[in-house]
Amino acid sequence: MNDRGKIIAGLIIFFAVFTFPFWYNHGAASSVPEPKLTDKAKAAKTCVADTQFMRTEHMKLLDAWRDTVVREGGRVYTNENGKEFMASLSNTCMDCHSNKTEFCDRCHNYVSSDPYCWDCHTYPKEEK
Amino acid sequence: MNVGYLYSLLAVIVLGLIAYAGVEAAGLQWLFGILIPYLGLTIFIAGFVYRVMDWAKSAVPFRIPTTCGQQKSLPWFTPNRIDNPATTLGVIVRMFFEILLFRSLFRNTRVEIRGERLSYKWVIWLWLFALMFHYSFLIVVIRHLRFFLEPVPWVITLLEKADGVLQVGLPILYISGVTLLLGATLLLLRRVLIPRINYISLAADYFPLLLIIGIAITGIMMRYFTKVDVLKVKELTMGLATFHPAIPEGGISGLFYVHLFFVSILLAYIPFSKLMHMGGVFLSPTRNLANNNRRIRHINPWNHPVKVHTYEEYEDEFREKMIEAGLPVEKE
Amino acid sequence: MAKIPKPQELFKSIDYSIPKKKWEDVPPDFSEGKYCYPTKRKNLEYLDFPTNKGEWSPTDEDWQLPDNWEEIIHNGFKERLEKYRSLKVFMDICVRCGACADKCHFFIGGGDPKNMPVLRAELLRSVYRKDFTTAGKILGSIAGARKLTPAVIKEWFSYFYQCSECRRCSVFCPYGIDTAEITMMGRELLSLLGLNINWVLEPVANCFRTGNHLGIQPHALKEMIEFFCDDIEELTGVRITPQFNRKGAEVLFITPSGDYFADPGTYTMMGYLMLFEHIGLDYTMSTYASEGGNFGLFTSAEAVKRLNSKMYMEAKRLGVKWILGGECGHMWRVINQYMDTMNGPADFLEVPVSPITGTRFENAASTKMIHITEFTSDLIKHGKLKLDPSRNDKFKVTFHDSCNPSRAMGLLEEPRYVIKNVCNHFYEMPEGTIREQTFCCGSGAGLNTEEIMDLRMRGGLPRANAVRYVHDKYGVNMLACICAIDRAALPPLMQYWVPEVGVTGVHELVANALVMDGEKERTVDLRGEPLKEEEEDTDE
Repeated sequence: MNDRGKIIAGLIIFFAVFTFPFWYNHGAASSVPEPKLTDKAKAAKTCVADTQFMRTEHMKLLDAWRDTVVREGGRVYTNENGKEFMASLSNTCMDCHSNKTEFCDRCHNYVSSDPYCWDCHTYPKEEK
Repeated sequence: MNVGYLYSLLAVIVLGLIAYAGVEAAGLQWLFGILIPYLGLTIFIAGFVYRVMDWAKSAVPFRIPTTCGQQKSLPWFTPNRIDNPATTLGVIVRMFFEILLFRSLFRNTRVEIRGERLSYKWVIWLWLFALMFHYSFLIVVIRHLRFFLEPVPWVITLLEKADGVLQVGLPILYISGVTLLLGATLLLLRRVLIPRINYISLAADYFPLLLIIGIAITGIMMRYFTKVDVLKVKELTMGLATFHPAIPEGGISGLFYVHLFFVSILLAYIPFSKLMHMGGVFLSPTRNLANNNRRIRHINPWNHPVKVHTYEEYEDEFREKMIEAGLPVEKE
Repeated sequence: MAKIPKPQELFKSIDYSIPKKKWEDVPPDFSEGKYCYPTKRKNLEYLDFPTNKGEWSPTDEDWQLPDNWEEIIHNGFKERLEKYRSLKVFMDICVRCGACADKCHFFIGGGDPKNMPVLRAELLRSVYRKDFTTAGKILGSIAGARKLTPAVIKEWFSYFYQCSECRRCSVFCPYGIDTAEITMMGRELLSLLGLNINWVLEPVANCFRTGNHLGIQPHALKEMIEFFCDDIEELTGVRITPQFNRKGAEVLFITPSGDYFADPGTYTMMGYLMLFEHIGLDYTMSTYASEGGNFGLFTSAEAVKRLNSKMYMEAKRLGVKWILGGECGHMWRVINQYMDTMNGPADFLEVPVSPITGTRFENAASTKMIHITEFTSDLIKHGKLKLDPSRNDKFKVTFHDSCNPSRAMGLLEEPRYVIKNVCNHFYEMPEGTIREQTFCCGSGAGLNTEEIMDLRMRGGLPRANAVRYVHDKYGVNMLACICAIDRAALPPLMQYWVPEVGVTGVHELVANALVMDGEKERTVDLRGEPLKEEEEDTDE
């Protein structure tokens, strides 16, 4: 019985699927998106926490806010420096970062993260 | 008690420390982020092809399916077309059930002594753990394509949505991550705690499980606890996927490199280990052949003549006795 | 024969606990009763098989291995890895999940961990790793590799002759790893060193010379069959004159020689003869190809082919149209999975067609050989047999699926169909002990030898245990089977574990029920025992 052909075909299919990323991207170097800051955000200089923290932990902060607001009715968030903020995605975050498409979506899309914030929350209308 | 798992645990811990120290202390990001992943992948592909082709080189002299149901014989006996396939289609279906649903493992039983009798119980735990482990792993691997594809295809996004359907926490908890860790841990505990399984286990049985547990833990840490900059991670992985490798500026935490190093080791380890069962299961002659030997002749490539005892030799020895007994003979 | 403990004691001695020492460090048990006797040298010489340096016994320290034994094993292993993908894949892909562990009847009945299929395979695998894999060469024992030593050879001899090649483990293995393949390879390697057991090699040598395992010479065979015909005449009033070596017959009938020789196989033989007479089959038997079984299967592929070749050679010489095979287990593994490949194509034969019903057996279109229960169930289906199942009424019958017809063929319904048509009381043993999950008689693959009775009773325990179940529940008193080794091995097994149950071939039951033309009224069965046992009791 000669099944070498079938086995080779199987291997080719397996590796074609396995190496999918290499040919899907056409070997093109991709550009990494940077969140764009609005003028207001630039002017404010600092967010509720430092930039590095916000880059990696913002979702956890928002999650904590949601819990305190919804479950305990606590609307006030005090950051490390003792400064107080209203714990609100729409009113606090989106106040500075009113450009959802360029600030939130760019990176979220890049890493295929599709948070369900906007299922409930509104975001400022953006001018094209 | 067999403590082979200690060797393997030690090996995995040392490997993790090497990667962590290599990045955090020695600054060898390029080694652990670029060179070793490429090396691991190359070894995997070359080794996998070598091993499978090595199997392919060996002959399949006889058609020896293990038949697990009624054969196809007379029309009024309903054949079991899947567990005792008579056609290629049947074989394909049988292999489908075997590979995707672990059909044989599903049959598992356990023997027990009850008083003066033996009894057998249908047990599905091994099947369940194995299925949970393998499918979780598959989903986790597919999910990770988001780091290697740009733009990310909708199917991947859809899978992530499904995997996070519980909407627990932020970032949303992936079910597959938990079940992978759980499945691997259960399979490991089985090996450590059940004396009979412990007795048959080699260091090579613990090592891949511990390595995969290591991969799962580092992955879960990064996503839910210590957090890494996922943009930078994708920058690195996309660099790898597009053959423009670069270490992102600003750096990624050492934990990520440990994760990547574990994965590279796993890839490179596969061709040299029992993990080749992923390819071998396709080539198992007791499963991938049809039970149709009496209908279609199977050819043995090395079939060679053997010394036989011919009728002539037989008659020469017994002719007189045969004639005396009135048995017909060729030569009187 | 070594003394064996009483059934209850033996049952109590089953111990599934795990030894403290690693399995590699536990030497095999070569005390009396725990090993098969090695073959006599004359058998090896007659067959031109490799020999070791001199007479030996497993109890000896020195097994008289040839000087270059390591080289012989290494080269033999290498050759087989190239010849058998099964071996190579099975060496490589086992993950030691343990699903096979308690599927082996020898493990279930004894508890020796090396009778777990996974460890039986590890006996070979450990050497394979050392000799043929990179990891094993570098990491040694950490990778599960070990050096080939005379102690390893002894271990192989012990455990490859504690496996009956029944393939039950391969049903449960997620990769279909078949310990029968492993054991076959192990025995082939041992055979290269001249290490064989007499219970296998003597039949092989006999069969090569005389055409059957028992070494029955042509005139004696004819006499034996004629003796059965006398019995049949006495029982039924019908005189049968079977013919031998007759050219031009339509069908060549081949059955295992065990059926010529010992009860209850002899009654099955009588059953065949009565059936053929009743339907007027134009058939012949052969004294040259007078063996259906093939103990070569328990030795080497080469031996299988050498013995099996006689069937086609004789069919060709006699000019028959097709071959009909009797009730036998491993015989049907050879015929279903090896014969055509080894000794075919049988293009001088025709696709079997039943001369009585006209049914064309397309499933044997190439091999041209069909199983007697396929043939008989076709006769019954077409109403060609006059049957009186009430003649078997004193039997409450259950059916033992033989390993090979179940797991290397799938002959499950045919014998059941026949039994249900010739018996009124049929009861299945529980799921998980029948069909593809059937248990071995404990004596297959050349192990039905007297000196290892303890092992055989242990290996047969799972089967006996299931028989006990239906005996207790339904009053089953007869165990039907379609295998000559079963007919030799099950009676002592039943005697030991379930003495209330007898053993019969399926065609003995057929012949009991068969109403032959011109027969006298039957009051006794083929064994000469009254058809209805209870009568005496009711009189009282």
